[in-house]
Amino acid sequence: MSEVLENINPKLYEKLDDRLITIDDENEDVVDEFDSREIFDLIRNINDPEHPLTLEELHVVEQSLIKVDNKKNTVMVNFTPTIPHCSMATIIGLSIRVQLLRALPSRFKVNVEVSPGTHNAESAVNKQLADKERVAAALENSHLIQVINQCITEK
Amino acid sequence: MVTMSTLELKQCLTGHRGRVWNVCWHPKGNVLASCGEDKTIRIWGMEGQKWTMKMILAEGHTRTIREISWSPCGKFIASASFDATTAIWEQKSGQFECNVTLEGHENEVKSVSWSNSGQLIATCSRDKSVWIWECDNHEYECASVINAHSQDVKKVRWHPHEDIVASASYDNTAKLFKEDPADNDWFCFATLSSHTSTVWSLSFDSTGTRLVTASDDQTIKIWQEYKPDNSAGIPTPDNNPVWKCVCTLSGYHTRTVYDVDWCKKTGLIVTACGDDTIRIFREESDSDINQPTFNLICSHDTAHTQDVNSVQWNPVVAGQLASAGDDGKIQIWFHSD
Repeated sequence: MSEVLENINPKLYEKLDDRLITIDDENEDVVDEFDSREIFDLIRNINDPEHPLTLEELHVVEQSLIKVDNKKNTVMVNFTPTIPHCSMATIIGLSIRVQLLRALPSRFKVNVEVSPGTHNAESAVNKQLADKERVAAALENSHLIQVINQCITEK
Repeated sequence: MVTMSTLELKQCLTGHRGRVWNVCWHPKGNVLASCGEDKTIRIWGMEGQKWTMKMILAEGHTRTIREISWSPCGKFIASASFDATTAIWEQKSGQFECNVTLEGHENEVKSVSWSNSGQLIATCSRDKSVWIWECDNHEYECASVINAHSQDVKKVRWHPHEDIVASASYDNTAKLFKEDPADNDWFCFATLSSHTSTVWSLSFDSTGTRLVTASDDQTIKIWQEYKPDNSAGIPTPDNNPVWKCVCTLSGYHTRTVYDVDWCKKTGLIVTACGDDTIRIFREESDSDINQPTFNLICSHDTAHTQDVNSVQWNPVVAGQLASAGDDGKIQIWFHSD
């Protein structure tokens, strides 16, 4: 990571309360379908690569920007870089992708994209994150996977 | 009227650990090779009515093996790996030995293809280049490094009978290369621009005058060659053939199309898609060459339980095809009307 922080003073946001466990959640006979809250809980505590803060605290990820379609097995996550020229955008997106790749059943197709209009290299970042071959190659890079694992590991 | 045909699963082959990236038929059609993220190549053959694993080729690569290609004589396999090398495996008294490693690419090798003559190999890489290698009696030499693409090159495929190679790239284009007899160097003589995202794969038809490309933009496109003085009146500057997109098949695929193969025997086109589906297209019988019509004649949903990465028609047995997917499976199919 660079010595100089790109975004010196990021805006901070409140954390969401823990999910309330309902009776249905504990009933084994009721099928719990994946919902946006569940996906959010999987990625909210990913650490920002430069700040000792979570993606939730920086509003990089928000529950309202997650779409789940259980029938089509698709998950769409939009994330919002803290600044439009954030050089960490790809690594943040990759961390979200890796976390969901590991946590979700393999039937899910996960798309991770920059929230429209929030980054000046939006389409290039999106294209790279959508290219599973490049993602696979990146995950064989021991340095990169170390950085990603550091982001993903809850502090 | 479009009549739908059937694609029947004949056998599911398991053994690879993790994603299988590619399958490739032996030129005689009786043996199949596969490769994947477990860094192995597996050789499959028939035992009675069943396909079984015959051999595992390991320790040739230190990272994912992205693609394999049989030599036209069927004695060699070339394997392209994320470890930036291409290995040449030779079959000697039944066993495969890796005796040669082609080095030079700066990073991941994405694709490898053997020319019809068996004397040339093309490789391409994330480093944006296409390399042409000459092979002469166990000696391999780099004949050309072509830097025509501006991004990651995903696929290389040779023309079915001429020394022309086609490449597909993350820069959204496909390109065609041949040797310039004047200086013996290879150059790009056609750039096929029309796709709006990564071109993942391509395949020539049996005549070599048409090409199909598959893309992240969820379409496949048919390209037609127009030679100098063609009857359609298409101008050909520099006296090189011009390739034009004559057909776009959109609305069929719902995610990235990762692979496409144009059957040299039947003329059918098969696609491998990120929506887990295998689709087959056929040209209409009275189709106009300058404006052809292709119909979807078969669509097999959940052909795999995850992305389909590779599909290939058997070069000998018409209707038989093999596929490979992220679900770790290799499957043998039979298509019939």
